[in-house]
Amino acid sequence: MNQNLKWKAIFILIVVLICFYGLFGLPSFPTSWSQLVDNFSSRMQLGLDLRGGSHLVLQVQVQEAIGTHCDQTHDELIDQLHKQNITVGEVDRLSNTQILVKNVTPSQTGAFQSLVQDQFPDFGVGPAPGEQSGFLLTMKPTVVSDIEQRTMDQSLDTIRRRITGLGLKEPNVAPTGRGQDEILVELPGEGDPTRAKQVIQAGGQLKFQLVLDDNAYPSEAAALAAHSGVLPQDSQLLPGTSATGDQSGGQVWWLLSRAPIITGADLRDANPGPNPQQPGFYEVHFSVSTAAAKRFGPFTGSNIGHRMAVVLDNQVQSAPVINGRIDDQGEIEGNFTQDSAKDLSLILNAGALPASIKYIEERTIGPSLGADSIREGVQASIASLIAVWIFLMVYYRLSGINAVVALLLNLIILIAFMAISGATLTLPGIAGVVLTIGMGVDSNVLVFERIREELRNGKANPSAVDIGFDKAFLTIIDTHITTLVSAAFLFLFGTGPVKGFAITLTIGLLANLFTSVYVSRVIFDWHLSRMGREAELSI
Amino acid sequence: MEFFHAPNIDWMGKAKYFATLSACLLIIGGVAAFMHNGLHYGIDFKGGAMVIVRFSSAPPISQIRAALDAAGLKNNEVTSSSDISNANSKNDVMIRVEQGSEGEDALNAAKATIVSALEKNFGAPSSSNPDFNSVVTTDLANYLTRRDPLVLGTAAGDRYTQVAQALIDARDKNHGGIVADFSELSNVSGVTPAVIDALKSGYSLNRFSITESQVVGPTVGAQLRRQAILATLYALAGMLIYVAIRFEWIYGAAAVIAVFHDVLITLGFFCLFYNKFEISLTVIAALLTLVGYSMNDTIVIFDRVRENLRLMRREKLSVIINRSINQTLSRTILTSGLTFLTVFLLFVFGGQVLRSFSFAMVVGVVVGTYSSFGIAAPIVVIWNKWRGQGVTAPVASSADKRAERRLAEARR
Repeated sequence: MNQNLKWKAIFILIVVLICFYGLFGLPSFPTSWSQLVDNFSSRMQLGLDLRGGSHLVLQVQVQEAIGTHCDQTHDELIDQLHKQNITVGEVDRLSNTQILVKNVTPSQTGAFQSLVQDQFPDFGVGPAPGEQSGFLLTMKPTVVSDIEQRTMDQSLDTIRRRITGLGLKEPNVAPTGRGQDEILVELPGEGDPTRAKQVIQAGGQLKFQLVLDDNAYPSEAAALAAHSGVLPQDSQLLPGTSATGDQSGGQVWWLLSRAPIITGADLRDANPGPNPQQPGFYEVHFSVSTAAAKRFGPFTGSNIGHRMAVVLDNQVQSAPVINGRIDDQGEIEGNFTQDSAKDLSLILNAGALPASIKYIEERTIGPSLGADSIREGVQASIASLIAVWIFLMVYYRLSGINAVVALLLNLIILIAFMAISGATLTLPGIAGVVLTIGMGVDSNVLVFERIREELRNGKANPSAVDIGFDKAFLTIIDTHITTLVSAAFLFLFGTGPVKGFAITLTIGLLANLFTSVYVSRVIFDWHLSRMGREAELSI
Repeated sequence: MEFFHAPNIDWMGKAKYFATLSACLLIIGGVAAFMHNGLHYGIDFKGGAMVIVRFSSAPPISQIRAALDAAGLKNNEVTSSSDISNANSKNDVMIRVEQGSEGEDALNAAKATIVSALEKNFGAPSSSNPDFNSVVTTDLANYLTRRDPLVLGTAAGDRYTQVAQALIDARDKNHGGIVADFSELSNVSGVTPAVIDALKSGYSLNRFSITESQVVGPTVGAQLRRQAILATLYALAGMLIYVAIRFEWIYGAAAVIAVFHDVLITLGFFCLFYNKFEISLTVIAALLTLVGYSMNDTIVIFDRVRENLRLMRREKLSVIINRSINQTLSRTILTSGLTFLTVFLLFVFGGQVLRSFSFAMVVGVVVGTYSSFGIAAPIVVIWNKWRGQGVTAPVASSADKRAERRLAEARR
């Protein structure tokens, strides 16, 4: 064997070894047969249609979102009434959709009504039953259904982004139920969905608020006592763990300025990273948008020495002292592990849920294609693959073996790269495999037919093989690049299953270029180097 | 072994027949689509009803699927499913079917169809009495009060409610939600043989009961649907541009037209043989595969045309194309034959769920191969004739010329 050929053979061997390592060697090197099988089944990620998974039904508390809108209107209304000097009695939020205004000064009735009509078009205004000069503001039904719709859409979107961010590929997220407020989430794989549930459920409302009293209080009562029973205007008390970051996690209370400096909406990006001060712990690095940085910079600059609280879902995560001006980068510290820091960044990046959610059902489900039909499909595929191989060996004799090796290697590389990259295999993905196999057969046939043609034209074996590969290569490159171009577009613009198809197709086609051109050529050259010049090429 | 040796067929001379054939196929498909009320979105895209059925023993999934198919509930999804917090649910089956329209009535209709389909296969109740396995406490209590098996008369009070509750509890907690025989309930507290007799004459026992039913929205929402369609169109445009750069723009256009032709004919065949065409993720995967396959086949022929254009500069384009098709015929028959064999075996033995996928592939492989010489090649010929360039059509970039020189040297 000549040197050049030897190196090529070694290169091919290395590729095959890497593939086998990717399939069987991870996460830990197998020392027993069962470990090997475990490794393989944990590397191959099968989708919902092939393996099944968890089926969760959750309910979005839509009323909360409506209530929040009512709250905001209530506060704004009081504000506006002050500003326009309209004197009224009590302003009560009666329910999620109703606000009662008592004792509007009779001479200001007109002003009051036009204020509501101009500034609060979401509410209809009418006389309040049982009140002399009171008015009842009722949220319009169109607005209510509008908020409901928006809340559902946002929840669907956020949940979808959060789950996808977890690395659970190709989940199903769909609205469900008769109440118009339920969402069905299906996660592939049999693993425990606890972590996914936590991430879905987390609120993710982030605020940065200035700490008014630099020291935390051990209890709510202590905080009230320090201010002789009345909290300062526009302030709020929120619980948190003690600032020293000790693990005991004793609860403390912080007095904060109510208005947030920046919120989660101002975040541009959040990423987990190790905490340099506390080895073994993690923190979340964030960067804020340019617009928010313009507020954040001057604010932190003029509050050096004060504490700023990082508040997540009304819980103080940490309250570090501002040591210098922060423009657009910062950290959230807390006793995070690697996973919880990762989850928090994920939640911050995906945005907050507009309302909280409740789980109402949790089931495990089998593969949606049905275990029986998958078995039949696999059997039929193996049978047809073997039929193709037998035919190739009959039709092309010894060279057919070459094609069989190339196709087999193609499949191994394809499956190994799917396993290594952690891509999920679903039925559309298998369609990509079918197309790959079809094009793999075609590449081999193209090469062999060309070699036969050259032999018919009276070429000697080596030059027939040479020209055959050269000419077929042009065609193979054109067909493969055309299909790769389409796969690239499908990957870039497609979602879920379309993307899965594109991924397997891309890996398969690249593997095919390697096996049917490079590997097959090496085998031919090796064979030619061993046979006599005048012997007939078995093709 | 060899099938074809130097065939000499005048393909372009038959372009008229090909055009007629394609037109016929398209019209037949179009009529079938129109008659059967065209293309439907499947459950993935449109949503449907989800019903959970509890069985008394391990459920035969494929039998259930066949039963639903026979009842006209095509495109169903049947999968095993169990509630994590309920140990009785280990024999649950989750069935998803399409719904004609939205709302409660449609859900109930779907439920009724499922029940009747299952009854046909898993034994209808022995009488027309209501099913004990799906009865609720109040109904059972009312029935017992009416029958009064304990002969309590007006002194019954809430006694029968207690008995009913005990029976339902026994059914759900001790028997996994499904009772196979009323005698299983004889040791429930307060139950006498008279009560069992009353149950026997008033209720039947089904092997299954519906525990839950609800409407499920589409897993592929409108936005994702739009994205999938856009992605496919972009992919087609990308292929057109690549082929246009490597060959000439008319070659790219011809290849893309052929792909459209193939997709339309495949959809037509679907409507013809399946009455309606359900657009599901499975079928979309098949169509994407077919697009790739058809494109591959067309490019192989075009590639040969490009090569022959350089070798036979004086020949008419139609002659060159004929020659190219003939030269690649052996390869075409082999590749298509083998691919056809693969998908045909999948169609026959691959199980019922994969059938719509493999059907699209079987039709697609045949049509995709045919369209390369029947549609794409004639388009190029006709276009060049129309432009008055029927004699020769130069296609060669400088890179191609270099490759050609290299090949010429290699040949020497």
